[in-house]
Amino acid sequence: MSVIILLLVASISVASLFLFAFIWSVKDGQYDDEIAPAVRILFDDIAAPSKRERELLPEETVK
Amino acid sequence: MSKLTTSPATPRCYHCGEDCHEEVLHAHDKDFCCSGCQMVYEILNQNGMCDYYTISNNPGTSRRTKVREDKFAFLDDAKIADSLIHFKNDSQSHISFYVPQIHCSSCLWLLENLHRLEPGVLSSKVNFIKKEVDIVFDHQVFSLRKLAELMTSIGYEPYISFSDMGAKKTRIDSSKLYKLGVAGFCFANIMLMSFPEYLGIDAKEKNLLLVFRYANLFLSLPVFFYSASEFYISAWKSLKHRFLNIDAPIVLAVWVTFARSVYEVLTATGGGYFDSMSGIVFFMLAGRVLQDKTYQQLSFERDYTSYFPIAVTRIREQKQETATLPDIRLNDTLLIHSEELIPADGIITRGKALIDYSFVTGESLPVAKEMGEIVYAGGKQTGGNIEILVIKEVAQSYLTKLWNRNETPVTAPDDERSFVHLLSRYFTIILFTIAGSAAAWWYFHDPSKVWTSVTAVLIVACPCALLLSNTFTNANILRRLGRNHLYLRNAQVIEDMAEADCIVFDKTGTLTTGLYQDILYEGEPLQEKQVRAIGALAAQSTHPFSKAIAAWAGNHTGQKVSGFREIAGKGIEGIVDGDLVTLGSAAFVTKEPQESNDASVVYIAIEEEVWGRFKFRNHYRDDIPSLLQKLGKNYQLAVLSGDNAGEQAYLRKVLGYDAILLFNQQPMDKLEAIRTLQAQGKKVMMIGDGLNDAGALQQADIGIAVSESNNNFTPASDAILAAEQLPLLDRFIRLAKANKQVVLAAFVISVLYNLVGLFFAVSGVLSPMIAAILMPCSSISILFVTYGLSNYFGFRERLK
Repeated sequence: MSVIILLLVASISVASLFLFAFIWSVKDGQYDDEIAPAVRILFDDIAAPSKRERELLPEETVK
Repeated sequence: MSKLTTSPATPRCYHCGEDCHEEVLHAHDKDFCCSGCQMVYEILNQNGMCDYYTISNNPGTSRRTKVREDKFAFLDDAKIADSLIHFKNDSQSHISFYVPQIHCSSCLWLLENLHRLEPGVLSSKVNFIKKEVDIVFDHQVFSLRKLAELMTSIGYEPYISFSDMGAKKTRIDSSKLYKLGVAGFCFANIMLMSFPEYLGIDAKEKNLLLVFRYANLFLSLPVFFYSASEFYISAWKSLKHRFLNIDAPIVLAVWVTFARSVYEVLTATGGGYFDSMSGIVFFMLAGRVLQDKTYQQLSFERDYTSYFPIAVTRIREQKQETATLPDIRLNDTLLIHSEELIPADGIITRGKALIDYSFVTGESLPVAKEMGEIVYAGGKQTGGNIEILVIKEVAQSYLTKLWNRNETPVTAPDDERSFVHLLSRYFTIILFTIAGSAAAWWYFHDPSKVWTSVTAVLIVACPCALLLSNTFTNANILRRLGRNHLYLRNAQVIEDMAEADCIVFDKTGTLTTGLYQDILYEGEPLQEKQVRAIGALAAQSTHPFSKAIAAWAGNHTGQKVSGFREIAGKGIEGIVDGDLVTLGSAAFVTKEPQESNDASVVYIAIEEEVWGRFKFRNHYRDDIPSLLQKLGKNYQLAVLSGDNAGEQAYLRKVLGYDAILLFNQQPMDKLEAIRTLQAQGKKVMMIGDGLNDAGALQQADIGIAVSESNNNFTPASDAILAAEQLPLLDRFIRLAKANKQVVLAAFVISVLYNLVGLFFAVSGVLSPMIAAILMPCSSISILFVTYGLSNYFGFRERLK
């Protein structure tokens, strides 16, 4: 029986962690602009490897 | 007939992607349409930031209209700078600029990499939806003016207007999101802990059951007191207006459910309905959040202050100084630069004005004004610099007075006009009747069950299904319209759109594009040599008609023109190849009195012999005639134009004989015209652009502002529509009409669930488990029905 109560406490505290994560993300403004972050995450990938690739394989990557 | 179109062979500018009409600059193996575009490329190239061009193709905006050198000099004024800066400490300043040019991922990348161009910039972050960039810079090494100039130099000129002054950064209200999060957390946990209750538990473990029940009670408190407060507030607000909205019966149901559940737990008679209650609150909040979130960041509330500059140049004792708009006094002398807006009514004291009043009147042609004449606020100087003597202060000007009328029509608040409130009232009344009869029946048969059956009916009586179907359908339709670039201010606009029975269009800028005009030549056939001569003469003038004629003739600049003379408002003449060529109004060229309605005609005479005339016609957007014909079948149509009546015959043909056509309409006339239609009992939808329609857009039952391109402003309105999507208007309206059908269909389905629930409730055996099964089933099927049906209607209208 006490095991169930222990589990109850554990499950609610895990769930509250997620609740606080959610509240933090709203406070942080992560829901204010839903377009920019999706675009932003791609930038380093576009910029950095393409440069390196251009140095390594000049002919093949240039269209 | 010749149109101003370009052949496919025209090279495209590497920077802005526009066709290079007039000149092509070739540099770095790339074509540029103007030196401005080339310069941006060079700046970026020097700094190794050409990734800008690889992220999207031709990401820039055209730089053909040059920005004046000292345009941002006013930012050196500490008072103005402080009113714009949000936060400042010893080392850094925070500012956010509205940059209308933001439109693609390249823009985002470049603006967020400003620090690579200029070390004084510490960081920058773009908000894509708002088209704003928040910049943190070090004011010890870098000034606000330099920042604005840096952004201008790379093609992202910040738009700083009068309304930015002292404006605090607005944060969107995310309280509903918190409430939703809390409700979701509590709902899920309560559901989990209700399982022992539903599935049965060993008699020995009775104490454990009590623990679960009290845990549920405890978890339901935040839902009841915090999350559901959204509905309490809304219900209370509308009750104060003596209006019974849908939230009132919902609040009643939530309270009854909570009270009964608490009673059951405290008296150890049952587990209560905590899961149903928190579930309902959670789903309803989710619907509200989805419905409200869509476009709250777009500005639907612009007034003239967003158009006006924050500061102008004032001349005092021979010296130029910066003056903010509220500081402008009577008898001040203002220096208005080219391409600047006139902020206050005044008399021209120096220079020749060529004023574009398209903002104010919708008339697309600039008006020439001489010294001593009066110019009105809101006009844009398109010629050289002029000086004006202020005769009315900014707030007293003709245009601003129109705005400050404060006569917005009195209608019920947006959220109280919807049909769902009416429907919810019927629904509730019926259920109250059932509750009453059930109570009466049990009173005579088994009085102990009166309390259980009445509370159970009241729990079922919650019109939450109606609210759910309404909010989810609205959210889906708003999103769908948004994908097609029609952005509505809120969900109520969908219903208003569906109810309109009269559609009023503005002409210039709405039905026609303000960008270019069709030219039609009528008269004796011209020979090649004469066309060249006309083109050469026209190229000498900057008047829009002359420019259009020069382009029509093929931009021949090689020929010499001697004795060139331009008479403002009349015409031009000059000697080309020994022939005297005259272009201009009828009075000027033919020396005969001018006919009326002929302002858009230019006559041609060579050696004083009239050859023919050019007719200018506004270029109608593609598919507009067919849209008007389609709409004409079901709607009363009207066109209100600030222009002259030159288009009357054409519009009459397209719109038919029932349509109302009014020309030479001042902003006030437009507003009155709408009011007249409303007095006849019509629900008016006004579609317009620009400041001149602002009054009419507000007066109309629904005002849709058409926005030409991504850096255009729209006046206050209920909806913003991208100009190129205007031909789809009839489909948008049909989708808006489908909204009600979808809501009703979902509601009918949920009533079936209610009937089942009601059966149990009336017989006094609504167990928490049945409620807990019915509630999510009904909510989820509503979700599916609304989503599926509204998508089906969108698909049927072939909308994205």
